[in-house]
Amino acid sequence: MSSKISNALRWIGFTSLEPLLKLIRGEEPKKNGLLVFKKLLVPILSVFIFLGVCNAGAKYLYNIERERKIENTRSVQGEEAAQQMADCIDSGDISCKPNSLPSPADVWSGAKTLVEDHKMITADKKEFKEKTAAINKKRKKQGKSPIEYTGRPSFVDQIITSLKTVFAGFLLAALIAIPAGIVLGLSETLRSGLNWVIQIFKPVSPVVWLLLVSMVIKTILANADMDKSFVISFISVGLCSMWATLVNTSMGVSSVDKDYLNVSKVLRLGVLSNVFKVVLPASVPLIFTGLRITLSVAWMVLIAIELLAQSPGLGSFVWEEFQNGSSDSNAKIIVAMFVIGGIGFLLDRIMMFVQKMVSFDSKA
Amino acid sequence: MESVIEKKTMLECKDIKKAYPTPKGDFVVLEDFQLQVKEEEFISIIGHSGCGKSTLLTMVAGLNDITAGDILLDGTAIAGAGPDRAVVFQSPSLFPWMTALDNVLLGVKQVFPHATKKQREDICKYYLNKVGLGDAFHKKANDLSQGMKQRVGIARAFALKPKVLLLDEPFGMLDSMTRVELQDVLIDVWSKEKITAIMVTHDVDEAIFLSDRVIMMTGGPYAKVGDIAHIGLERPRERHAVLEHPDFYKYRQHLLTFLDH
Ligand SMILES: Nc1ncnc2c1ncn2[C@@H]1O[C@H](COP(=O)(O)OP(=O)(O)O)[C@@H](O)[C@H]1O
Ligand SMILES: [Mg+2]
Repeated sequence: MSSKISNALRWIGFTSLEPLLKLIRGEEPKKNGLLVFKKLLVPILSVFIFLGVCNAGAKYLYNIERERKIENTRSVQGEEAAQQMADCIDSGDISCKPNSLPSPADVWSGAKTLVEDHKMITADKKEFKEKTAAINKKRKKQGKSPIEYTGRPSFVDQIITSLKTVFAGFLLAALIAIPAGIVLGLSETLRSGLNWVIQIFKPVSPVVWLLLVSMVIKTILANADMDKSFVISFISVGLCSMWATLVNTSMGVSSVDKDYLNVSKVLRLGVLSNVFKVVLPASVPLIFTGLRITLSVAWMVLIAIELLAQSPGLGSFVWEEFQNGSSDSNAKIIVAMFVIGGIGFLLDRIMMFVQKMVSFDSKA
Repeated sequence: MESVIEKKTMLECKDIKKAYPTPKGDFVVLEDFQLQVKEEEFISIIGHSGCGKSTLLTMVAGLNDITAGDILLDGTAIAGAGPDRAVVFQSPSLFPWMTALDNVLLGVKQVFPHATKKQREDICKYYLNKVGLGDAFHKKANDLSQGMKQRVGIARAFALKPKVLLLDEPFGMLDSMTRVELQDVLIDVWSKEKITAIMVTHDVDEAIFLSDRVIMMTGGPYAKVGDIAHIGLERPRERHAVLEHPDFYKYRQHLLTFLDH
C-alpha cells in the first residue's frame, strides 16, 4: 500500500514527498530526515526567501516611485498639492497609487480579482444563454446562425484559448516533424543534404515565423470564413517549435542499435515492418525527448506570438493589461506570469508521464 | 562417424578473404579460409580474441560483405541476410518493447506467411516451451533476465526452421551456472531438430560438449583454419558422462595446447 503511494508519487514526478512519507512511517529516520531537509525544507524555505526578496524589492521601488510622484507634484503645483498627494498615496487610494512593481500581497489580490472577474463573466454568460435560448431555437429552425455571446473573455477563457492554440501548434509540429524526422533518419543522403534547412530555420525567431506565416495565410485564407489570427498563431507556434522533434527523431532513427537492425535483416522484414516494428519503437525515447522540448518551446513562444498576432489568449491578456495601466494591471501581469510558468511546468510533467507510459525503457 | 561423412555439404566457405579498409590500408582479417560443414553437423569455432571469428560468422549470416571467395549454402552462393541462416547474437538482441512471444512471432510470420495465426503461435509456443519459457509467453522482453532473454533468442532462431544456425558466443555474457543450463537447453532442442550449427565460443569445455568438430583458428591477421578436432563422443550426450569420459581430457588437452601457441 505505502509502496503504491511512493510509486504513484514517483510516476507523477514528485519524488520529493517520498522521504517525508517514510519519515512519518519511521523508516530510517536519520537518512530520511536528511532527505526531507534537502528535498522538502530547502525548497519551501526558498519560496519564503523568494517572497521576502520580492516584497522588499517591491517596497523599495514603491518608495522611489512615491518620492518621485510627490516631487513632481511639488515642482508643478507647489507644496500644498505635494502634501495632499503624499496623504492620498498613504491612504491607499487607488487613484493616486504609484505605478511600480507589485508586492506579493498585491499579486495575491490581483489573482483574487481575476477569479472574481471570471465568476462574474461566467454568470453573465449563463444568463445570456438562458435569455437567448428561445430565440436561438427559433433561429435554428429558420436556418439562421444562433446569437453568440460577444462579451469580454475572462482570464480563464484566455487560458483555455491559449491552451487550444498551443495544442494545435504542437500537433502540427508533431505531424510534420515526426514523419520528416523518420525520413531523414533513414536516409543518410537526405540527412546530410538537407541539414542546412534545419541549421538555417531552427534559430529563426518566433516573430519572424509569425510574419512569414501571416504573409502566406493572408493570401490563402483571404476569403475563407475562419479565425485567421488563430490559424496564423498556431501555425507559427508549430513551425517555431517543431525543430527539436525533427532533430531528435532523425537522430533516434539513425542511431538505432545495430543489433536490432541485424535482426531485422536476418528476418528480411519489409521496409514498413522494419520502420514500424523496429526503428520507430526503438526511437520512441528520443522522439519523446524531442516532443517534450517542442511542447515547452511551443508554450514559451505562444505568448509572444499571441501578443503580436492580436489573437486572443494569455499573450494578448498580458499586452492589454500592460497597455491599459489600471491600478492592478501590474499585479495581473505577474499573476499571468505565474500561471504561464505553472502551466508550462504541468505540460512538461504530462509529457514526461506519457513518455514513461509508451517507452519500453520504463525503468530509466 | 561414417554416417556424417555420407551427409551432403550444407555450408561451404571457399577461399574466403576478408579485409577491412582502414586509413593505413586494408586490414586483412581472414585469408584463404576454407570450411565445409555437413548437414546435421554441429561445429564450434575457437580462436584467440580478435582473430576474426565474429567476422566469419557475420559473413555467413550475410550481414558483412565478403572481400573475396564464396560462401555456398546448400550449393548456392548466399546473397544478403535471410532467415535460412538464423543468428543467435551474443547480446540477446530481443526487441524490448515486445513480449517474448511477439519476438519469436515476428520471424515466424516472415518464414510462414501462409500459416494461420494459430499455427504460427503454436510454433512459437512450442519452441518457447522447449527452452523452458512455457510460463513467460506474455512477459515483456525487458522484464526477462539475461539468461531468459537468451532462451528466447534460441527459440527465435529454431522457430525460423533455418538451414544453418549461427551462434556467436551465445552464452558469453552469462554466469557459469546459467551458461551450463543454457548449454543443456541448446543441445536438447538441437538434438531433436539436427539443424546444421556453427557456434563461436571461447569456452573449450562448451565446444567439446556440444560439437561434432571443433575448428581452431590461427591468430589474426590473415587467420585461417589451424587445426580441427573431431569429437567422437556418443550422442545424445549427458554432461556427467562426458566429463567422466577419458577422451574428454584428450580433446581438452588438444584444444588448450593449440590455443597456448
Ligand atoms: N568494422 C570493422 N572495421 C575494421 N576492423 C574491424 C571491424 N570489425 C572487426 N574488425 C577487426 O577485425 C578483427 C577481427 O574481429 P572479430 O571478427 O570481431 O574477432 P573475434 O570475434 O574473433 O574476436 C579484429 O582485429 C577487429 O579489430
Ligand atoms: Mg567476436
